[in-house]
Amino acid sequence: MSRANGAPRPRPGDPPITPELVEDHGLSPSEYELIVEIMGREPTFTELGVFSAMWSEHCGYKNSKRLLRLLPTTAPWVIQGPGENAGVIDIGGGWALAFKMESHNHPSAVEPYQGAATGVGGILRDVFTMGARPVATLNSLHFGDLEGARVRYLLAGVVRGVGDYGNCVGIPSMGGEVHFDRGYEENPIVNAMCLGIMRCDELIRGTAEGVGNTLMAVGARTGRDGIHGATFASEELSEGDDEASRPQVQVGDPYTEKLLLEASLELIASGEIVGIQDMGAAGLTSSGAEMAGRSGTGVEMDVARVPVRAEAMTPYEILLSESQERMLVVARAGREEAACQILEKWELEAATIGQVTDRGTFRVLEDGVPVAEIPALPLTEGCPAYERPGEESGEVRALRAQDISRYGELSGDDLRVAFLEVVGTPAVASKQWIYEQYDTTVRASSIERPGGSAGLIRIPGTDLGVAASTDCNGRHCYLDPRSGAAGAVVEAARNVACTGATPLAITNCLNFGSPLKAEIRHQFREAVLGIRDACAHLETPVTGGNVSFYNETDGKAVYPTPVIGMVGTIADVANVVGHSFRRPGDAILLLGHNRGELGGSEYLYALHGVVAGEPPRVDLEAERALTRCLPAMAARGVLGSAHDVATGGLAATLAECCLGRPRTGWPVGASLHLHDALPPAALLFGEDHGRVIVSASPADEAEVREIAARHGVPCTPIGTVGEERSSLRIHLRGESLELPLDLLADRYFGAIPRAMDDEP
Amino acid sequence: MRIAVITFPGSNCDQDCHRSVEAAGATAVPVWHREISLGGTDAVIVPGGFAHGDYLRPGAIARFSPIMTPVVEFARAGRLVVGICNGFQILCEAGLLPGALLRNRSLRFQSHDCALRVERSDTPFTSRYREGQVIRMPLAHADGNYYADRGALEELESEGRVLFRYSDAEGESTEEANPNGSLNRIAGIVNEGGNVLGLMPHPDRAIDLALGSQDGLPLFESLVDSVHQRTPAQMAAAEGRALAGTAR
Repeated sequence: MSRANGAPRPRPGDPPITPELVEDHGLSPSEYELIVEIMGREPTFTELGVFSAMWSEHCGYKNSKRLLRLLPTTAPWVIQGPGENAGVIDIGGGWALAFKMESHNHPSAVEPYQGAATGVGGILRDVFTMGARPVATLNSLHFGDLEGARVRYLLAGVVRGVGDYGNCVGIPSMGGEVHFDRGYEENPIVNAMCLGIMRCDELIRGTAEGVGNTLMAVGARTGRDGIHGATFASEELSEGDDEASRPQVQVGDPYTEKLLLEASLELIASGEIVGIQDMGAAGLTSSGAEMAGRSGTGVEMDVARVPVRAEAMTPYEILLSESQERMLVVARAGREEAACQILEKWELEAATIGQVTDRGTFRVLEDGVPVAEIPALPLTEGCPAYERPGEESGEVRALRAQDISRYGELSGDDLRVAFLEVVGTPAVASKQWIYEQYDTTVRASSIERPGGSAGLIRIPGTDLGVAASTDCNGRHCYLDPRSGAAGAVVEAARNVACTGATPLAITNCLNFGSPLKAEIRHQFREAVLGIRDACAHLETPVTGGNVSFYNETDGKAVYPTPVIGMVGTIADVANVVGHSFRRPGDAILLLGHNRGELGGSEYLYALHGVVAGEPPRVDLEAERALTRCLPAMAARGVLGSAHDVATGGLAATLAECCLGRPRTGWPVGASLHLHDALPPAALLFGEDHGRVIVSASPADEAEVREIAARHGVPCTPIGTVGEERSSLRIHLRGESLELPLDLLADRYFGAIPRAMDDEP
Repeated sequence: MRIAVITFPGSNCDQDCHRSVEAAGATAVPVWHREISLGGTDAVIVPGGFAHGDYLRPGAIARFSPIMTPVVEFARAGRLVVGICNGFQILCEAGLLPGALLRNRSLRFQSHDCALRVERSDTPFTSRYREGQVIRMPLAHADGNYYADRGALEELESEGRVLFRYSDAEGESTEEANPNGSLNRIAGIVNEGGNVLGLMPHPDRAIDLALGSQDGLPLFESLVDSVHQRTPAQMAAAEGRALAGTAR
């Protein structure tokens, strides 16, 4: 038997496998025993590294997959559910929409610019490796309080990173959310989402099919950056990690990404290849093993044939490098030349590194000498799944039980001052400073740009529109993860429905602390159950997502932050509804009920420094009716505007309805009468779910009320749109507020620029 | 009529320009940067994006792409060439337009709508506009701060070669309405021959009311009209002026 067919043996220089080395690789003693059982022998150092990456939380989902199985994932329009690079749904007219969201929290905490930039790069690759052309991105960013110098540095770096990457590749940013709360002081949450479109028959999957087909490494060369990034992402940070962790943060090159994007879509269309996958987390290891695992074949590759950019890289390093902008391509045997021609056109390097086998293994050679051979399926699917019991923290239970009713009573000038303060908190204030650094109009398809309810783009050459929104109120989730997570789903659905689109499906990014703690496990379980309930009720299945644990610094976890990315469609973009009031004299109506729920509100946090109380309840039946009612109204063309009520309550929504987007003409005033028997501050600042403020011409008002009644949605006339450049007047139980629009505009548009203008 | 739309590696507005040309009633012909001929097309558009990754500086590498040799010859022959955003930067680097686009005054990438005043309507690119008309379209760039030395700037102004100027909604070209620090609030200029246009904002993203504005469409329609109507004498005159400009 020749050397090449033998079993892998340790390379000269490999460290011996000791319990300490196993622990350093993030593997428990019992997991190591399982590895020995699977292998039938001790693994080599290289094999240990491969297992470590594939069985990390980031790739193996060991603390989450049992719970994630509870999520609803099917509907007639779902083409591809969880388990692929991205989820795919049928959006009609022969078009399919691929979409996915992913976290880049850890890298962004250490190096905000590159961390955020490579987060965008990764999510674009997840979409275009499905054969879809990326057409829009969104993000969800959660930072500490903006007063902190480090937070401002992180925000400036993240925004520049997101912008520089997406702008260069030429993908418009269609929306997102940005929150500020000290719960994220050390650990920002940086989640990026991408949407791509294709014809339904153009779908390609990340599989390595056809024994004898050729594996090619395409794109950037492999270096020593990001080795064990997947394992790094599965550990908590500690003080002083900034410097030590830098080599685990990858560096992005959006220009190469753009070339990869065009080359990949051309390769897929050419039929010369059978599969393609991003070398993302855990690089060559995960892309190779997952492609083999999905198709039930095997792969064999020789690391000596992988183009590298550093000297003397070991197989361990080449297999685990997370250098950016690399792809693994499976070309049809005999068609490698044709595939290479396409890659050459796009000035990309490609190297044949191996082939698809029928051995059922992930097999690695170094210059013909075997250095690793692992059964592919156990490697990708065999990671043990844990579901250890959780327990709610007593501290959170106490916060939730706290009596916050006294904060509801405010009157006179105090109420007016509070109104202006809420509108000017960074979480509520306009994010213009941020989204104007993102190209929002490239591809000439942006119908609703950032700054409204949800983003909405048109499929070129059609009337079909796709809306999307990312949402999560981490403070609500902290106080009650189940209702908070359900709240994120319904808020995202309301945002999509406000544009007139029908919500269809979600992706998610579940950002939590360490699952080794009972209270985090409790949060995670509750949040998953909240998403399950809400998605089942709204018939918006989960098509994929990402779990990010260990968002902790020195033992302090971020708020549980299950970010929801909701997508929906509207048949004709001519019926799209904007978020701001348009015509003086239009009637203003409230869909839903005011309940004055102040728990977990921005008002309590920003004005009283309090994070307490029961967060707003979620009535799933009411939300379902509301999100079906809005598209029906839009289709009839009877709405002047529609805007969701969320962070900052009615105060924030009414201010936004009056002010509209910047640079689009003068704001309009409004006069409102709110008769609810609720304490004034609770009425104005409560973040009760299930509410949307709409406006309609006097001629259309009756039809709006009729459609609402037909859907069982409460609909109350509450006021009238006023003149340009006037004021927002609100009359409530014995209180009257008059807020000049220029003062509101200054608070709303000025807050973030005033905080950030000294940042580069 | 066939209008070439050049694609460099890193171009990302080529499809938008393609659709704009078709919306104006002409046929768009995609031309890859490594080609050495414009294939008999009637006009050329150099679209926006990040050609060659904007490495070194925007347009600095693109000017060496093989296709730029025939583009420069085409322009010198008095034929019509339009550069939008990165295309404007490339035409400056290629020496077809004077001046340079520096980093925005804000030092940030800026992406928002802007208002422009059309300074002349008697040019091949603006015949479908009214002189003094205020138009609205998106801009999206990090390097759009137009700079030229005093002599070149005076020449541009005295020869009426500034076609688009940043203004407010009422058409007042104030410093407040200057988004990026451009000298004289310049958004778009033509060469000496009047046959090469460069502008930073994106008419290709404003061809349809559903997108918020269709104020960019007349630019493409003007271009198409001009190609139809352009006489050999006009082209020769433009060629003469372009060559004289080069000699200076």
